[in-house]
Amino acid sequence: MQPMNKFWIISSHTYLSRIKSKMFYISTILILVFIVLMTNFDSIIGVLSGEDEGKVAVIDETGELLAPLNSSLQASETELKLEPFSGSVAEGKAAVKDEKYVALLTLGLDENRVLEATYYAKNISNTNLQSDIQQHLQQLKGRLATEKLGIEQAQVMEIFSPVSMKAVALDESSKSEEELNHARGIVYVMLMLLYFAVLLYGTLIATDVATEKSSRVMEVLVSSVSPVIHMFAKIVGIALLGLTQVAIFILVGFFMLQAKQEEMGGMLESLGLQNVSVSILLYGVLFFILGYFLYATLAAMLGSLVSRVEEVNQMIIPMTFLIVIAFLLAMFGMGAPEATIVTITSYIPFFSPMLMFIRVGLLDIAIWEVLLSIGILIATILIFAVIGARVYKGGVLLYGKSSSLKDIKKALQLTKRE
Amino acid sequence: MTLLLNQVKKRFGKHVAVNNLSLEIPANEMFGFLGGNGAGKTTTFRMILGLLDRTAGEITWNGSPINYETSSSIGYLPEERGLYPKLRVKEQIVYLARLRGMGKNEALKELEYWLERFKVPDYLNQKVEELSKGNQQKIQFISSVIHKPKLLILDEPFSGLDPINVEMLKEAVIDLKNEGTSIVFSSHRMEHVEELCENLCILQKGNPVVQGSLRQIKRSFGKKNLAIHADIALDFLKDFQGVVRYKQTPEGCLLQITSEAVSQEIFQALQGKGFVRKFALEEPSLQDIFIEKVGATYE
Repeated sequence: MQPMNKFWIISSHTYLSRIKSKMFYISTILILVFIVLMTNFDSIIGVLSGEDEGKVAVIDETGELLAPLNSSLQASETELKLEPFSGSVAEGKAAVKDEKYVALLTLGLDENRVLEATYYAKNISNTNLQSDIQQHLQQLKGRLATEKLGIEQAQVMEIFSPVSMKAVALDESSKSEEELNHARGIVYVMLMLLYFAVLLYGTLIATDVATEKSSRVMEVLVSSVSPVIHMFAKIVGIALLGLTQVAIFILVGFFMLQAKQEEMGGMLESLGLQNVSVSILLYGVLFFILGYFLYATLAAMLGSLVSRVEEVNQMIIPMTFLIVIAFLLAMFGMGAPEATIVTITSYIPFFSPMLMFIRVGLLDIAIWEVLLSIGILIATILIFAVIGARVYKGGVLLYGKSSSLKDIKKALQLTKRE
Repeated sequence: MTLLLNQVKKRFGKHVAVNNLSLEIPANEMFGFLGGNGAGKTTTFRMILGLLDRTAGEITWNGSPINYETSSSIGYLPEERGLYPKLRVKEQIVYLARLRGMGKNEALKELEYWLERFKVPDYLNQKVEELSKGNQQKIQFISSVIHKPKLLILDEPFSGLDPINVEMLKEAVIDLKNEGTSIVFSSHRMEHVEELCENLCILQKGNPVVQGSLRQIKRSFGKKNLAIHADIALDFLKDFQGVVRYKQTPEGCLLQITSEAVSQEIFQALQGKGFVRKFALEEPSLQDIFIEKVGATYE
């Protein structure tokens, strides 16, 4: 029988048995719930905090402060409501205690006509409300002061209007600010995807291999198909599973965004997902695939070394470390893509999928640099595939009490002729 | 359809696991592999299957080397039983059969036949972890023969089975043999090998210490067993010339003697001593040979 035939039998078996598993349903549903929550974050927060909205009683000693304060509140669309309170301060406090009002605010002017205010509430832990009120009082105070000095509102606006500064790159081929923003969004998305793919599906591969090994079905499998084919079929099967899951997320996410386009349009734009250049997308896909394969090979190799499924987590710690370090470097690299450490690590295999993609996306680098990095990456994947396959071949027959990285040596010895 | 092993050797570092093993197993033959724990049986099987590379020597099946292209004509039952505990019998047998080159429907049909034959047709949709150990073994056995292999390797096929199931599996193995399958199997149950195999090999620390046809091995072993039932004290036979082993039994004794001739001398010696109810000269059992050959080198 053709080896490719067996390859697809194993891949589809891995894919189908995983996709029917409870774990797949649970993780997919959990992440979907998360996506729905995130995209509806604003409305949910609004609903939750809406119940707590209450009125604030105001005792205005001057009688001339509440009206301008209310008008500034209206302009700012806040939910905060101020209501004049006619009683004494003591009566006001009692009303707050009885929960008729959430808080009591007294307003007055000192001898220099500077605004003075006191805030009473049952407890002062709700700093949101406080700072909201304080912010509006600050504006009011500014207005009173400028009025006193006889300055027109228009002039005040002019003074405080933000400065407009535009960054222009002189290097002609360098990326414009707009392009950079777009690139940053897509780079960020790809980094997150690769990070989670490695953590999630890498663990899945290692667990799958360890399960087959610990249930001893592995010996039957490798007697009918070569361990190398088995390993790569497994990696591809899990990759297809991952693609299915990501496709579900993207579809749902897309529909959620469509439904709420008006609110979310701004967010999409800021992520740069609306007009991404094709080349960046292609690079993203390429680096993602290469990165996945490198880590997946490592995961399969590590998974083949353990004798019990419970030991998988301990065994894949090195892989987890690598991806976490790569991710941290990448987060740093997002802010400083020209740093030397980013340049260096963009050639180091386990980091390059993330870091070279950052450089490709955010900087204007020579094509040979990208090709060199991809070349090194592919070469490493091949080397790892060869070593991994050998370790795998020996590892699946190796059963020991404790599992550690030292077993790599033992596994390799098993595959030797003597 | 002959399996040939020629001067096969396997070293793990300094440790020699299998040393200069040569075998020839023709079609329609069942070959028994005997040996204590760690004697090199499983290592030999793994080399035959190509799971381990041999250090030296040659292994051929039908004149060509065994590799993954020939795997659809080979069946393997590993010593450590291995099935997916969470999968249903149907799913995993069909999966394993497809990896051996079978079609899906064909595999399902064969599986139904075998389940019927082993009197467990309702296991088709059960998860393996729900089955008893003995029944899991039946499923494992089915997975190794479902694709009608020409060469079948069974590593301890009968261990952990009750007598009824052992008989059922034995019958299946004999049928396969008669249909032309070459079968190699290992066991430490001598009576199974004695019953099923024409040829056998006893491994001791990787070395083949006894090898050949069962009859020839027994004959060349020389020693015989002598069972005596008598009403008199037989202690004096302990020190009798030519008696290797003396074992008291409720009704007399069981002796191992160096040659047939010794039995006649004993017969003479017993004359007139008293009433002898049984005096039987027997072929040595494989157990005796095994203990002598393997036990001797321990000393």
